[in-house]
Amino acid sequence: MSEPALLALHGLSVALPVWADRERAVSELSLELRRNEIVCVVGESGSGKSVLARAIMGLLPAPHVRVTGGRVLFEGEDLLRAGPERMRAIRGARIAMIFQEPMTALNPLMTIGRQIDEMVEIHLALTRRQRRARILALLEEVRLADPQRIMRAYPHELSGGQRQRAMIAMALILEPAILIADEPTTALDVTTQAQILALIKELQRKHQTGVLFITHDFGVVAEIADHVAVMQHGILVELGAAAQVLNAPRHDYTRSLIAAVPALTPRPRRAMEAAPVLLEVSGVMKTFGTGAAWFACGDRRVHAVKSVDLAVRRGHTLGLVGESGSGKSTLARCIIRLIEPDAGTVRLGGVDLSALSRRQLRPHRKHIQMVFQDPFGSLNPRLTVVQLIAQGPVTHGVAVSEALAIARELLQLVRLDPAAADRFPHEFSGGQRQRIGIARALALKPDLLVADEPVSALDVSVQAQVLQLLADIRDRLELTMLFITHDLRVAAQVCDEIAVMHHGEIVEFGPTIDVFADPQHAYTRELLAAVPGRNWIAPQLQR
Amino acid sequence: MQQPFWRRFVRNRPAAFGLAFLAFVVVLALGAPLLFPGDPFRMVDRTFLPPFGAYLFGTDSLGRDIAAGIAHGGRTSLMVGLVATVVAVSIGTLLGALAGFYRGWIDDALMRFTEFFQTIPTFLFAIVLVAIMSPSRGSIILAIAVISWPPIARLVRGEFMAMREREFVQAAICLGMTDLAIIFRQILPNVLSPIIVAGSLMVATAILIEAALAFLGLGDPNAMSWGFMIGAGRSFLRDAWWLCAIPGIAILLTVLSINLVGEGVNDALNPRLRTL
Amino acid sequence: MAIGPGTILYVVRRLLQAVPIVVGIVVLNFLLLQLAPGDAATVLAGEAGGAPAEYVAQLRERFGLDRPMHVQLLLYVKNVLMLNLGYSFRNSMPVSELIFGRLGPTLLLMGTTLIVSVLSGVLLGLLAATAVNTWRDRVISVAAVIAYATPLFWIGLMLILLFSIKLDWLPTTGMEDVVAFNEGWDRVLDIAHHLVLPTLTLSLFYMALYTRMMRAAMLDQRGMDYVVTARSKGLAERLITYRHVLRNAVLPVVTMAGVQVGSLLGGSVIVESVFAWPGLGQLAFQSLFARDFNLLLGIFFLSACLVVVVNLIVDMVYLVLDPRIKLG
Repeated sequence: MSEPALLALHGLSVALPVWADRERAVSELSLELRRNEIVCVVGESGSGKSVLARAIMGLLPAPHVRVTGGRVLFEGEDLLRAGPERMRAIRGARIAMIFQEPMTALNPLMTIGRQIDEMVEIHLALTRRQRRARILALLEEVRLADPQRIMRAYPHELSGGQRQRAMIAMALILEPAILIADEPTTALDVTTQAQILALIKELQRKHQTGVLFITHDFGVVAEIADHVAVMQHGILVELGAAAQVLNAPRHDYTRSLIAAVPALTPRPRRAMEAAPVLLEVSGVMKTFGTGAAWFACGDRRVHAVKSVDLAVRRGHTLGLVGESGSGKSTLARCIIRLIEPDAGTVRLGGVDLSALSRRQLRPHRKHIQMVFQDPFGSLNPRLTVVQLIAQGPVTHGVAVSEALAIARELLQLVRLDPAAADRFPHEFSGGQRQRIGIARALALKPDLLVADEPVSALDVSVQAQVLQLLADIRDRLELTMLFITHDLRVAAQVCDEIAVMHHGEIVEFGPTIDVFADPQHAYTRELLAAVPGRNWIAPQLQR
Repeated sequence: MQQPFWRRFVRNRPAAFGLAFLAFVVVLALGAPLLFPGDPFRMVDRTFLPPFGAYLFGTDSLGRDIAAGIAHGGRTSLMVGLVATVVAVSIGTLLGALAGFYRGWIDDALMRFTEFFQTIPTFLFAIVLVAIMSPSRGSIILAIAVISWPPIARLVRGEFMAMREREFVQAAICLGMTDLAIIFRQILPNVLSPIIVAGSLMVATAILIEAALAFLGLGDPNAMSWGFMIGAGRSFLRDAWWLCAIPGIAILLTVLSINLVGEGVNDALNPRLRTL
Repeated sequence: MAIGPGTILYVVRRLLQAVPIVVGIVVLNFLLLQLAPGDAATVLAGEAGGAPAEYVAQLRERFGLDRPMHVQLLLYVKNVLMLNLGYSFRNSMPVSELIFGRLGPTLLLMGTTLIVSVLSGVLLGLLAATAVNTWRDRVISVAAVIAYATPLFWIGLMLILLFSIKLDWLPTTGMEDVVAFNEGWDRVLDIAHHLVLPTLTLSLFYMALYTRMMRAAMLDQRGMDYVVTARSKGLAERLITYRHVLRNAVLPVVTMAGVQVGSLLGGSVIVESVFAWPGLGQLAFQSLFARDFNLLLGIFFLSACLVVVVNLIVDMVYLVLDPRIKLG
């Protein structure tokens, strides 16, 4: 710790424009980053952590968001006083950055090779051949197979993981002293995330880089951090060594955040084995594709769901777990018939729903309801909250006044202020909107509730509240639930049984407790091993 | 939270100017029979009287009052532009909504149909249609509507496809609502603003097309129109340039104000674009 | 761009997709023919065109006009696709020959207009977007808004009034000075001299359209994530604009230019009739007055085919500009 800091922030403040909901994005923040060290900046959305990253790089969207005070000392030089020329020389060469979404962070019209080459070209005087050799070497170092091909490829021709590796190669090609990583794994699947985290850590150790890593995920923090800085509303509330912050947090906010992280230990077995089967799915299959289009070249069909069988007992919660593209959402939408399956049957309480036409199905729809992922897209912006909740019963023939009364009752059930009834969705936060969505689904008194990633768009503290609410309601109303998630921590908390999906197939199916204790399929083991911070057991804290 | 729509609209000075001028044209057009009673085609005085004399804009080659022609021509332009737009927007919205909501083969078929109409040289098609049906108010409106709906259909289809993916629409399906209720009560109100903007800009295009048709001699022979006045005056360009210049300026200013109003509406409906 | 099997397949696919459009145009022509007042045979012969009775009878035979509708349609499609477009007695010439004779001047006018309007639109849009909210941006934007609202035929007449009648700098009508019997470069210069006003007239509207699109696209692209990446690499703003933003912003303009080809042809009808430019548009204008619907339908058919061809060319250009297209 005696070594001087590579980067030292002293009392850094960043002002927000007048129309924002608060005055400052970052407020008098002080922080140090040393060589060969990873500092994680953790915070929920709106905490100012991304603004902090951009302020260091001098990339704030001027003139609306600007630094109003403090110093950013990089190797002793105040970057806030450096001219644009000097900043350009530092950016990329001395301080490099990687971003959350590599697809949009790369220019779609330029090859990967050219985009990396550009970085070398503007900072170093090397010949074309020397630059090329250097790029190929680094692409190999970030373990991209066939670097020659990658250099010629355009961003859309690579997978998400490959794109992020290419971004990392681009950021590290000039061996910068500091790498700023702004949620670099948030857009990636959990197994890819594990690989990218391992890669960042490995390269950081090898090149002795100082890494400022911005994340919202305490699991990721546990995985890679040396030091942790916790931010809330632009203020640094806690700063310390990783072990201390993770296991003995001092500030209340940190404690509440850590307490909200779902534990990776599955819920205990419930004694309900004898309950009758409510939902029975057999041989459901769905293929997407352009096979039928005129003059299409080649067969580009995607087998999203390949002959899936499933059964959910009354009162149970089945978790459908998998990464993006595994077919879990497609399967759920086939069950609820938002998508027409190509084959297979879906029986609910003895009624064969798949035999019904769309029109015949309509009266049966009330038995299955769905809670959606996106709290902003799932509510019609032009209807008030009671109208939103009441529209289901009204559609099924309940008198309007009665439906509105039901809606007001449900508001209490999902713990929303009755005064909220006549307001519009945009006046609510993400967590409140999810509650409205849940109330809308419950208004029809469904037998089966399908929840499609209902908490993955929410901040961790809100996520915990919504999960708690769902669990309470399920127990109180003895609901049967199909719970779709990519997050094994969430699945462990909510589900009695788990079905793991991979490439459109269910590769493992069993009680949650058994699957976690003794996974049978190689892919399940891989998924479990990839959960960030799996070795960190969050301390039991009073919230 | 935000200023009301109207406030945001009038704060935009070009849009306010456009609205004011447009209101003037509308009043002029509506009041034409009172301000300039009688047939605008009739001869009132000597031929080729220059503007700002006995007659505000002078007289033309047959001694007709140009100012009367401008007022009565405004009626034709606005009426044709408005009706043709309403027809085109209705066709486009219906087809676009069906294609975007149902997708699959309905979408394929409707979009091939739309693409086809976008590929053929539209103005030439309008000429052929009007020529074959013989020029009249009805045939002109029909021709303009037939060539104008495809962009609206594409726009509405795109909006509907995006909305179809939005989860509130999926929720409505889960609730068991009928397709008709979802299309008209859930989705349409949410895509109305881009349709209104596109529609108001389309009135301007329709006026330009009507003027061009009339210029080529395909106007309604019984209705005075700005395009006809320019067409009739072009042979006398060398000696009586105002015969062409004045109706042209009328078209230019009217179309310009409609465009400004349309853009003002757009900016007022999407305030985030202004914060750039 | 590498020309791989994917590229060739794409081109073949686009060509095949053009087939139903061409057939559709023929069918549309057939329907319009039915819509025309009077007997189809007299329309085909050029209405009131003084066609001899035996020719009308021959037409009746060839188009099967006394047979059921679907047979008529098939015969019509067959005849049109073999370019049997009939004979124009007004002009004493087969329709196809007449049209192909006028194709050159129209292509010349359209080609120069397309190039002038896209290039100047991109340039002006770039100039405006790189100086947002300065006087340069305002002048360009206001000029574009006005040009966008100007009727083509009127601005054509006003340009004639200014540059030909008042200033006497440029010729008013025609494509060349026929009595001068120019040859070689003299002829090229003479045609270029005649081309200035029609091109300017026809370009103005599209120039305005592309300027506005380019400006909007530049501003739009400048907010994209990849621009932040480029800044974080230490690139200078100029380099970001010209190397990264420009190419992305040109794409919607090129798409639009492709979509507008059909409308450009329509505009050329007006411009050609204003400037007596001896192209397809002027021929259409003349056939309109002669009530020679058959000739008009022939022009419509071949213009539509022309648009299909130009669209194919624009798609090929797009293929070079946007690497993502091959998958789509």
